[in-house]
Amino acid sequence: MKIKIALAGNPNCGKTTMFNEMTGSSQYVGNWPGVTVEKKEGKLKNNKEIEIIDLPGIYSLSPYTLEETITRDYLVKERPDVIINIIDATNIERNLYLTTQLLETGIPVILAVNMIDVINKRGDQINLEVLSNELGCTAVATSAVKGIGLEELISKALDTAKKENTKKVSPMFMSEAYGRLSEEEEEQIISNRYELVQQIVEKAVVKKNFNKIDTTSDKIDKVLTNRWLALPIFFVILWAIYYVSIVSVGDATIGWVENLFALLQEGAHSLFSGLGASAWAMDLIENGIIGSIGAIFIYVPQLMILFFFLSLLEDSGYMARVAFIMDRLFRKFGLSGKSFIPMLIGTGCSIPGIMASRTIENERDRKMTIMLTPFIPCGAKLPVFAMFISLLFADHTWIGPTIYLIAIAAVIFSGIILKKTKLFAGDPAPFVMELPTYKLPRLKGVVIHMWDKAKSFIKKAGTIIFAACAILWLLQNFSFSGYVGPDAIDQSILAQFGNAVKWIFIPLGFGDSWAAPVAAITGLIAKEVVVATFASVGSTVPIVFSQVTGFGFMLFTLFAAPCFAAIGAMKREFGNWKWTFFAIGYQTGLAYVMALLVNLIGGLIFKGTDVVKKVSLDIGLMEQASEGDVVSFNIVYAIFIAIIVIGLIIGIASKIRSSKDYASVSKAVASESVASEEN
Amino acid sequence: MYTLKSIPIGETVKVIRLDGQGALKRKIMDMGITKGIKISVKKIAPLGDPIEITVRGYELSIRKADAEKIIVERC
Repeated sequence: MKIKIALAGNPNCGKTTMFNEMTGSSQYVGNWPGVTVEKKEGKLKNNKEIEIIDLPGIYSLSPYTLEETITRDYLVKERPDVIINIIDATNIERNLYLTTQLLETGIPVILAVNMIDVINKRGDQINLEVLSNELGCTAVATSAVKGIGLEELISKALDTAKKENTKKVSPMFMSEAYGRLSEEEEEQIISNRYELVQQIVEKAVVKKNFNKIDTTSDKIDKVLTNRWLALPIFFVILWAIYYVSIVSVGDATIGWVENLFALLQEGAHSLFSGLGASAWAMDLIENGIIGSIGAIFIYVPQLMILFFFLSLLEDSGYMARVAFIMDRLFRKFGLSGKSFIPMLIGTGCSIPGIMASRTIENERDRKMTIMLTPFIPCGAKLPVFAMFISLLFADHTWIGPTIYLIAIAAVIFSGIILKKTKLFAGDPAPFVMELPTYKLPRLKGVVIHMWDKAKSFIKKAGTIIFAACAILWLLQNFSFSGYVGPDAIDQSILAQFGNAVKWIFIPLGFGDSWAAPVAAITGLIAKEVVVATFASVGSTVPIVFSQVTGFGFMLFTLFAAPCFAAIGAMKREFGNWKWTFFAIGYQTGLAYVMALLVNLIGGLIFKGTDVVKKVSLDIGLMEQASEGDVVSFNIVYAIFIAIIVIGLIIGIASKIRSSKDYASVSKAVASESVASEEN
Repeated sequence: MYTLKSIPIGETVKVIRLDGQGALKRKIMDMGITKGIKISVKKIAPLGDPIEITVRGYELSIRKADAEKIIVERC
């Protein structure tokens, strides 16, 4: 007989650890159908007949948030055989509130009183017998981290599941869950539940030292969210992560993977030329297949290092503080306090940036972040800028930093504009967020987290992204009559297509030849391919740009649809194609408008000067352009310093304002107490 | 009567009423802020918003705009 066990509980109650311990390596991570909430399923380690579903971490079964709706619908419609409700014993009151609702579903509930080791260490006591009598369900003391009580928990859950389950969902639960209660009734029900929980806790829990909450955590928090130290510490941590995973180790791994694939290409070359394969077949294998896979896989090690650190932040409890610290700044343009991390990572590569948006709970903030992260110039766009700067703007060092500033301005501007559109409109979501106590992250949990992310990316890369790259290779190397090869790209299907659509780019000033449209399309494989395309096109036909249209083309590359790999990541995080196409459409549309404005306004201002004089790009210099030309100083440091300064200014301003507020409040309090004394 | 927004750091207050409606009110209540419960204000974020409070023995971060909907009295 197949048995379905659902794990339910608050966020931070140790649910994920419990799930990992129970399922071992048999888990599958995906999305709930149609939405971007993570769905985890697995089989019990020693009994493959037993399926375990990890429900989203929730505080309640209210009809208001996506995670809660999913959980509620799952419980009501799928009716698992038993629910294991994991509660954080160190925070029992709020955790039991969810329990009262789970019990109303009529599905048998087993209570896992988790983190019992912490309770014992504190010297507190929880009477499980009282707890289970009062609630009417079995309670087991567990510690998922230490592996205490898991066997007992599972055997009790199975016993309960095997008994016939005749209870029905309580009618009150149904009318509440589907929003059929008046506001007053709802308020009354919630109060009643909490009162019940309070009574039970009073009977079942004995606290040794009532006022003492976790003091180590308090001490850490005093430093990490300190008014003056919080921002500098945050930036030091981010800088360290950025430096290790993007700049030093991460960049080195890109080199390793590139070398590995170069070796594979060489090996394939000698193997197939030995077999006497035709030129096009060899090119297909070397560049079409191995090259395309390589273009995607170079990101994997970097991605894994990055997610290792992000999981560390998440599991330690620091990520919630990041939102706490940055919230005020970012919500002004429709983003969340946590959006800063994806954007920063985006300066290295958009793909991990987009995937890092997972940590943003609010659906709207998350979508906005996914959409705007590709605007931040990633490492692959730098060679394109470098090429144009060295060929057209040799003495203008301000061009590179200006591009970054325009990118940041576009993020802010888009956030403010999009926030007002129908897609992002509606009531502002409440930002009521738990600040969990700091925990020492467990290596095992962090590694599993990291591997999940990498696995899902590799899967995507191996299918959709690979197919898209392979098709593009075909178009680039074949004319309608047959194989032409990379040296005769001007005869390819892609070039003919470029010729057919180049009129679209005429208003932007770079529609004279088919090179620009073709480069815009090959840029979808990876942005640095734009340079290679210009180089191979330029060797057959001259490519002409003026400084104005060159700048326009850089902005077009900056904003237009990202590479296939990033589009794949966007699709995964959005969970559907509708949003993905909307985002790509917005990005490409903005790119077009920006390039158009540059061409029109630049053309007017600089009319008749050298700036609008079209020159043929010198192909010889093209691939020598160094990325160092783009930014004469490290732009990331500059952005860091700028944000610290802005943060300090806001901090000081609010300090002055709030001290005024307090002055008036304490005055009011003083006069009130005087008044009451007089009475 | 004050709103939670105007309470200085370190003070402990008692909830007497919740204004607001729909998702916001429900979320606040789900997190354990119900009539009669004691809340202490712990900290203000470095940029001046949100605030950190302690309720039912755990820490919660709440924006000032939302804290304004929580009517409290001193105790």
